Amino acid sequence: MTTETTPIRGMGHSVKRKEDPRFLRGKGRYVDDIKLPGMLYMDIVRSPYAHANITRIDASKALALPGVLAVITGKDLDEAGLAWMPTLMGDKQMVLPVDRVVYQAQEVAAVIATERYIAADAITLIEVEYEPLPPVMDPFKALEADSPLVRPDREQKTNHIWHWEAGDAAQTDAIFQQAEVVVKQDLYIPRIHVSSIETCGCVASFDSVEGKLTVYMTTQAPHAIRTVFSLVTGIAEHKIRIVSPDIGGGFGGKVPVYPGYVIASVASLKTGHPVKWIEDRSENLQADSFARDYHISAELAATKDGAMQALRVKTLADHGAFDAAANPSKFPAGLFSVITGSYTLKAAHVEVDGVYTNKPSGGVAYRCSFRVTEAVHTIERMVDTLAQQLGLDPADVRMKNFIQPEAFPYTSPTGWEYDSGNYPAALRKAMEKIDYAGLRQEQAEKRARGELMGIGISTFTEIVGAGPSHTFDILGIKMFDSCEIRVHPTGSVIARIGVQSQGQGHETTFAQIVAEELGLPVENITVEHGDTDTAPYGLGTYASRSTPTAGAATAVAARKIREKARKIAAHLLEANVDDLEWQDYKFQVKGSPGRSVGMKEIAFAAYTNFPSDVEAGLEAVDYYDPPNLTFPFGAYICVVDIDRGTGQVKIRRFVAVDDCGNIINPMIVDGQIHGGLTMGMAPALMEAITYDENGNMQQGTFMEYLLPTAMETPVWETDKTITPSPHHPFGAKGVGESATVGAPPAIANAVVDALSHLGVTHIDIPITPWKVYAILEAHGVAEL
Amino acid sequence: MIPDNFSYLAPASLPEVWDALHEHPDDAKILAGGQSLIPLMKFRLANPAYLIDLRHVPDMDTLAERDGALVLGAMVREAALERSPLIQQRYPGIHDASAVVADPLVRNWATVGGNLAHADPANDHPAMMLALGARVVAQSPRGRRELSIDDFLVDTMETALQPDEVLVEIHVPQPAARSGSAYLKLERKVGDYAIAAVGVQLAFDGEVISHAGIGLTNVGPKAIRAQQAEAFLVGKQPSDETVREAARLAAQAADPTADLRGPVEYKRAIVRTLTARALRLAAQRATALA
Repeated sequence: MTTETTPIRGMGHSVKRKEDPRFLRGKGRYVDDIKLPGMLYMDIVRSPYAHANITRIDASKALALPGVLAVITGKDLDEAGLAWMPTLMGDKQMVLPVDRVVYQAQEVAAVIATERYIAADAITLIEVEYEPLPPVMDPFKALEADSPLVRPDREQKTNHIWHWEAGDAAQTDAIFQQAEVVVKQDLYIPRIHVSSIETCGCVASFDSVEGKLTVYMTTQAPHAIRTVFSLVTGIAEHKIRIVSPDIGGGFGGKVPVYPGYVIASVASLKTGHPVKWIEDRSENLQADSFARDYHISAELAATKDGAMQALRVKTLADHGAFDAAANPSKFPAGLFSVITGSYTLKAAHVEVDGVYTNKPSGGVAYRCSFRVTEAVHTIERMVDTLAQQLGLDPADVRMKNFIQPEAFPYTSPTGWEYDSGNYPAALRKAMEKIDYAGLRQEQAEKRARGELMGIGISTFTEIVGAGPSHTFDILGIKMFDSCEIRVHPTGSVIARIGVQSQGQGHETTFAQIVAEELGLPVENITVEHGDTDTAPYGLGTYASRSTPTAGAATAVAARKIREKARKIAAHLLEANVDDLEWQDYKFQVKGSPGRSVGMKEIAFAAYTNFPSDVEAGLEAVDYYDPPNLTFPFGAYICVVDIDRGTGQVKIRRFVAVDDCGNIINPMIVDGQIHGGLTMGMAPALMEAITYDENGNMQQGTFMEYLLPTAMETPVWETDKTITPSPHHPFGAKGVGESATVGAPPAIANAVVDALSHLGVTHIDIPITPWKVYAILEAHGVAEL
Repeated sequence: MIPDNFSYLAPASLPEVWDALHEHPDDAKILAGGQSLIPLMKFRLANPAYLIDLRHVPDMDTLAERDGALVLGAMVREAALERSPLIQQRYPGIHDASAVVADPLVRNWATVGGNLAHADPANDHPAMMLALGARVVAQSPRGRRELSIDDFLVDTMETALQPDEVLVEIHVPQPAARSGSAYLKLERKVGDYAIAAVGVQLAFDGEVISHAGIGLTNVGPKAIRAQQAEAFLVGKQPSDETVREAARLAAQAADPTADLRGPVEYKRAIVRTLTARALRLAAQRATALA
């Protein structure tokens, strides 16, 4: 029970996470924890080939196994018109193939059985005959005239999906023609996987009496999924309920609709029983959507003294067999055009071409707001490349080219309006914290002794919080987000939000927003999300959009409540509404601090003693359409040492100064940054998905797909500057992805810096020990 | 990740184990710690119809010095090796190796006998046991026999054990007065198999190396003894130049294949680097012990 003196603990408090007691006790409720009466289990037969015709599927042996109730194939789905489904990018995607598989581990058939173990045995009894076809693995070769087609179902008989560009080509070319200095670099950002610890899965339950389909699902966007399900199946939207319970990590990988969700739903309709489907780790790694896979060619024009002038970028985007990314409709390459970064440029031109290959769908915005990781890696490497070519310090080149604090709002050459920033302050803070000058001196001394040490900087700008309805939609649904708040008579609150937590701590931070706006203790505020039958419509949590969109909606809804509360307060205080001011979480009569009333009392009055011209109750809804995106930024500095005998890169120090505007919960922000830095280090040094020439995916387990552990993770040193967003209701910016976006180039720049005196100008990530060792050997500096 | 059907047998004595092996000659596997076998079964890469668990067989977890040798029961867990002061002080190479087998959770279950009998060239103990000149003891209804680790390790996942034999003990000669051992492993991340690893043991007569053992992990079809390097070291002081040349010879003995742990040349280079570092560490340990 709280009292009048219970602290509010709104904005800026490191409130312990409300969700942690259940998680730490192992009492989280994930999809696989859901057990419904009569529930059946599904397992999936997957293709061993990357590209093949299916000539025969014989399920008779599986169907003869006791406990097996059904086998579902593409032909079965085709009869119901469900063999294909639309993707969020306006492409279509196979649910189950009718006659052809287009990537290894693609779903081929599903078994429904009374026990999970029986389902696993049954899939080995299904006989599938394949006629292998040549796989298209290289996106460059995919565009050659004689390449086999990945998608002969399309009208366009090419593997080219789309061409997209931003910026001014003519102006950019003109600057390049006159440029004093041009640096050019090809970069490959490898295919990686989000690898959330909870794999994907669902429990689909069709109630034949009510005619209602309920799907418990590992999704980051339950409402959008409900709409897609309704459109695909023809079931009325009010007869579909999507519940996203506790989610063990999403990182963008749980935005797409996976075939398993649809097959399980069909299976429940067919059998009349709830059907559970949970991927195992290898299925998750091999078949679920991937991130990155950008082949980038970048050029930067500058003056001799290091003033950046123009950027020209051409990119080939490997999207796999289906364009199933979840980018906003107008942005097939996401927000890649933020590639001009934190720097003043006169012009830029960016082109991206999407290509089909025989791989699972790519383009997941893996903990990055739609292709920002690729953009930031490119510009941050290019700045270093320029500095190296001109013999300048990379910190100096950054300082020289930064968009200055007074230049905001700043319109970039590709058309983004950066809302706010103070880049020099963040970089100065990071340089002081790490003693940049001292490190450069140490590096010089070490070089003289033959030791290899490098210092890398990344001063990134993020672009998050999609987004304003004039520009952003997914399948036509505008990218607003929502909150609905009810204040109960005793002053406790339920807030329901349109976004969905996968570990971000929404139950805590959104309660803090309400606490701050209403002056009620955070303990008494429950935050609910994820159930489409109860939560207001929203586009979900990804792209660091929760706080910029639904967070804003929460503040605005609370302010609507406060305005109503003002009328009740006036009634209680027997004062004029205009004579009241909101101060110290209370309404008080101006000039009479003794005459005041708090929200707890007002809430009670809202149900027991409200003025005649005011409706009973105290609640509000807001659908917030953000006027702009938010642009968090940061300055990261990384110090590495290189083992000359093994090529191993050791991160000795890593200072991360982040600016995400006003902070709701510093502890949670710190946690986001620690996790994000680790996830940024992973692709810089360890993670990558590769395929052999036959289309075999080579990292199908965590033995080969190298997630970092605590042992590989250095001590992250975090700090902050605060530059509030001028347009957000409480000045916040998204932060969940900054570190993942900002960290990789800091590490890559540090390694290149360590080797720059040997003439090394670039190394593609992941920077493995053998890549480094080959360089050491080639330059005669390996330890012998 | 669900294995095929299998039956689990838990015999309480060696004769019962032999009976079970006799009854199921073609489709039984012996289960020690299960940290390699169970994952193989979950992937359905191994589908034994019977698992014969050794954990109820008595006297399989000896960890003591006896008659001039360290006696390790086949069921001694990696975690027990890692925590044993005897191993830490007298057999630092074994201690090094046990501490880098997979991760702590695996080491609570994994056994030294399983590590050897599985005969995966990526396992850490075979190379260290080569360096130490260990002998293994096998028992069957026909009796007990002892064989050198070199003879025991036949090929990839193949040992000299007969179908009716159970590996029961490993005997490691007690270290000479001035000797030291070390095991160094390079892995992509903690818990990984080695890119390459090197186990060495050096014994000294005064300042001169009187005996050298060098075993290499995961750079060939089985753990490799670097014989030329061993022979080269004997009778020499461990100078920088001598260590470098021995490391070069060890790298020559490696026969790696390219995979996701790196190209062939890299793995050879790592053998060279790790051999040099392990030799220096073993020499240093020998000096410290003397």
